[in-house]
Amino acid sequence: MSLGSAQAVGARPINWARLMRALLPALSLGIVVVAIASLNQRAISYLGFTLMLNLAIPIALATLAQMFVITINELDLSIGPFVGFVGCVTATWLHDSPLLGITVLIAAIGVYVALGALIHLRNLPSIVVTLGMSFVWQGLAILILPTPGGKAPEWLLALMGFKPPFIPMPIVAAIVIALVVHFGLMRTSYGAVLRGAGGNGQAIGRAGWSLLRTKMVMFGLTGLFGVLSGLALIGTTTSGDANIGNGYTLLSIAGVILGGGEFVGGRVSPVGAVIGALTMAMAASPLLTFMHVPPDWQVAANGAILIIVLAARVLISRKEANA
Amino acid sequence: MPQSIGQIIKLDGVERHFGAVRALDGVDFKVDAGECVGLVGHNGAGKSTLMHILAGTGTPDRGSLAVGGAAQTGYSVGRARQLGIRCVFQELSLCPNLTVAENARVSHRSIEGWGWRKRAAALIGDKLDEIFPGHGIDPNDIVSDLPIGKRQMVEVARAFTVTTDPLKLVILDEPTSSLDAHASAQLLAYVEKARQAGISTILISHLLGEILSSASRIVVMRDGKVVASDVAGGFDRTRLVATMGGAEGHRADRTKTEARALGHAPVKVKARPEGQREGHELVAREGEIIGLAGLAGHGQTRLLLDVFRASTGKRPDAEVTDKVALVAGDRQTDGIFPLWSIAENITVRSLARLRRGLLIAPDMTRQFALDWQKRIGIRTPDIDNNILSLSGGNQQKALFARALGSDARIILMDDPMRGVDIGTKLEVYDLVRREAEAGRTFLWYTTETEELDNCDRVYVFRNGRIVAVLDRHEVSEEKVIQSSFAEGVA
Repeated sequence: MSLGSAQAVGARPINWARLMRALLPALSLGIVVVAIASLNQRAISYLGFTLMLNLAIPIALATLAQMFVITINELDLSIGPFVGFVGCVTATWLHDSPLLGITVLIAAIGVYVALGALIHLRNLPSIVVTLGMSFVWQGLAILILPTPGGKAPEWLLALMGFKPPFIPMPIVAAIVIALVVHFGLMRTSYGAVLRGAGGNGQAIGRAGWSLLRTKMVMFGLTGLFGVLSGLALIGTTTSGDANIGNGYTLLSIAGVILGGGEFVGGRVSPVGAVIGALTMAMAASPLLTFMHVPPDWQVAANGAILIIVLAARVLISRKEANA
Repeated sequence: MPQSIGQIIKLDGVERHFGAVRALDGVDFKVDAGECVGLVGHNGAGKSTLMHILAGTGTPDRGSLAVGGAAQTGYSVGRARQLGIRCVFQELSLCPNLTVAENARVSHRSIEGWGWRKRAAALIGDKLDEIFPGHGIDPNDIVSDLPIGKRQMVEVARAFTVTTDPLKLVILDEPTSSLDAHASAQLLAYVEKARQAGISTILISHLLGEILSSASRIVVMRDGKVVASDVAGGFDRTRLVATMGGAEGHRADRTKTEARALGHAPVKVKARPEGQREGHELVAREGEIIGLAGLAGHGQTRLLLDVFRASTGKRPDAEVTDKVALVAGDRQTDGIFPLWSIAENITVRSLARLRRGLLIAPDMTRQFALDWQKRIGIRTPDIDNNILSLSGGNQQKALFARALGSDARIILMDDPMRGVDIGTKLEVYDLVRREAEAGRTFLWYTTETEELDNCDRVYVFRNGRIVAVLDRHEVSEEKVIQSSFAEGVA
């Protein structure tokens, strides 16, 4: 057993860079919360979190939607306009004639499944296809709801306005969503195949799995979570606007990367992505408002925060690669 | 068909064309139960194409394929698996982002439902224990964290795991190319054990010793045809090499290089492995070929990288006095630019010299690439083809051309001959010796002890340290193994 002992010498030191990478999302969220707490203690309360995070749930859902396509090395540049489109459908048809609304939303998910098949079969770059689709969704949204308005269905308002005891609704929802997706993608046996398709598609194909199916499933999940995101958004804002989701495309990509995901290679983390989305949501306006950054500068400041956090993330990955 | 009872797979008159190239030109081939068939041949002889057809990842243009005596139509990977035929591909086919256990699950559909992670971990863990005792791999390790040798162990072990589908034949394509001598021996012993249990194997290897000692029957391919098939006892090294063609005089070659007196040549590289403060220091003089030996992954590559970095910036552990080029070992990840042409891959290191004013001069780069194609013998109809159109050995030649064509005076080689056929190897050995005589310095990490015969001096590594220095007349397999294991032997 000479080799065994030789190998045991270098056996598994704790991979600090790996640990840091896993903790970075939580760490950055912690820093943002601490910063807010030091600026305004009253914000750290049931009501404070409910208000600060009321837009975090749609962002988290959109981030997960993005994460599904990133898992298989694709990118969805249409998720923002898609969320806006879903919002318009929700505030009009789903409110007025639920059956039509539900049909349209299911059909929209079907379109995503078909896009997955198209991208796989024709070997098209997803960036091009989804960039094109983003204009389609945007256009449809404007056709449905030319001016901001409409009304959220009652049941949706009730769901999003639900006040659980002790822990604010957005936090409960975030935990539930993160756990469901974590279990589905990271713990089920088919989840391993789906992630494997991003890591080494050829190997998955050679093992007898259909790559077409994995693409269709992942794009379908993106559509589903996009729909959920739109529903949650309208449930909080109570009315629709064709441009309401436009910022979500980049926010969702940033959230996935901040949460420890990689653009290629099937390395993603649902829990990290949700935490990443919460961080983005909190750093976006509450923190900056408390810091008395004038609204004119908030967008730029938001970008600066993004650069800092993602730079930290890149530094840690680089360390990990060298380890 | 009474003669087909013990027969696992049989090919008749199989042809496969890629454009004008006949990769397979009427091949008859069969494997019976309880056989270990050694398959040898040059790069481009058609071994890989044959293997892909057997595994169901490629389809023949003509000819028939029968499994267990039943002719197959619509043969595919899935069908091959159901019939008990598995393949370990040369380019690793694990998912690097998944754990070892998850990779095992990917190839076994029946592992699902509650507790699948445990079952998958047990399946692959037990098989690893069985084939490679003392492997040091945890089923929960993520594959990308494992060094290439361990990945290969996982892949081999995975091919031998059984759930619902039967297991009759495993095709091993260069299974030992990234394994060190110890793990290779473990694998070959297991192949023999499996053979006795009735599981056949096809062993494709460029290490003729491995084939001669392990195979029960040897099939030799040349130019897309099977040129010989005989019981292993009917072959010896000389006959095998002669049948493969092209690589005669291997032994004679080895003695040609005699010790050269280079004691007074200027020192080009001085280096110590990181963390080793005292003891042996690696010294390379102008015109020397220095071997780095020892078990795979014991710090040789790291030292090469340190030397490489020292050429561009100061480092405490290494001193380098000239320009350096590196020939990568893991050519798929570290070596080739997969989207570029052969010519672009060759010239990239030398573009600074191949320009007029600020712009690259296309005629100069083309001439440069053509020169090196000729000098190093890269077999391709067109130098502007994509690099991936080349076989593995020829890709490696392109990487050599990139390094040797550059202005570097020190060439670092990170086990570059992995999975390269013997003809190519001998050509490259000659080239290396010629270049060394012309004053270039080589640092050559290799896992194949035979290659150390080309070296003027050999440093043996263990656990990231240099534990022995052998002069050229002292180098022998026993010596190297002895030093690699010295303290490890209980």
